[in-house]
Amino acid sequence: MDALLFLTFAAIAVGCAINLVLQTHPIASALSLVGVMGSLAVLYLLLGGEFIAAVQMIVYAGAIMVLFVFVIMLLNAAAEKKTRKPALRAVVAVPLLFTFLMLVAYLIQTQAPKGTGVKFGGFTGGGPADIGRSLFTTYILPFEVTSVVILIAILGAVVLARKEV
Amino acid sequence: MPSEFPIPLPNLPLPDAVPLSWYLILSAILFTLGVAGFLFRRNIITVFMSIELMLNAVNLSFVAFSYHLKSVDGHIFSFFVMVIAAAEAAVGLAIILTVFRNRQTLEIDEVSSLKL
Repeated sequence: MDALLFLTFAAIAVGCAINLVLQTHPIASALSLVGVMGSLAVLYLLLGGEFIAAVQMIVYAGAIMVLFVFVIMLLNAAAEKKTRKPALRAVVAVPLLFTFLMLVAYLIQTQAPKGTGVKFGGFTGGGPADIGRSLFTTYILPFEVTSVVILIAILGAVVLARKEV
Repeated sequence: MPSEFPIPLPNLPLPDAVPLSWYLILSAILFTLGVAGFLFRRNIITVFMSIELMLNAVNLSFVAFSYHLKSVDGHIFSFFVMVIAAAEAAVGLAIILTVFRNRQTLEIDEVSSLKL
């Protein structure tokens, strides 16, 4: 059952990711990215991360993707035009990327810890209470620094979006 | 396979528990697809979405290792990655808006020089 769920949602994620790369219109790419994020949220649930799965849906698939779709619609972005130049970068990059992927897969197969089978319910320490306790004790300094980062991001976005820049 | 599942499942040679390496390889595949989108697409918004795909792939690795170590630290890290991605999306999309206002294009090949 676990393997079936994993394979289903892994296939959806990979299919949506391939669609993201292949589509020429940005709105189709954005919807594919929402598909990837939704199936990743299911995989987080299988791994015992209830809080992370909820945050993935609310923040990533909700807030960030709405921002993307909003900008695409605001700028009235159209599909990419066909390029005239021969795609040298495709000839170079596709074998390189394939080699990279195979190398990483080989390393994972040989080096990854054996004996850990992921079963739903095998790890239950990913609820909101556990996250909150860890966030406000061990990781209190990164948490506060993150709030400063967000403040700077807000200021930067306001300054950049002014009329006269 | 649990017998209480309502639909009779075909008897596939699937393992009872998913190996950790399957999650890591899925993460590697998604990351490579993100790099491919970053390299091949010429629309600046699609390039930006490919970066988000790479961040998601790394998050999956964090959560998978968190399961393996039976510790919540990986979840905290992927939570921070999400927060930084939100800040990055706000600033990045503001930059895209400014670029479009000044140059009336979203093609990255036409935005190759810093000065107009």
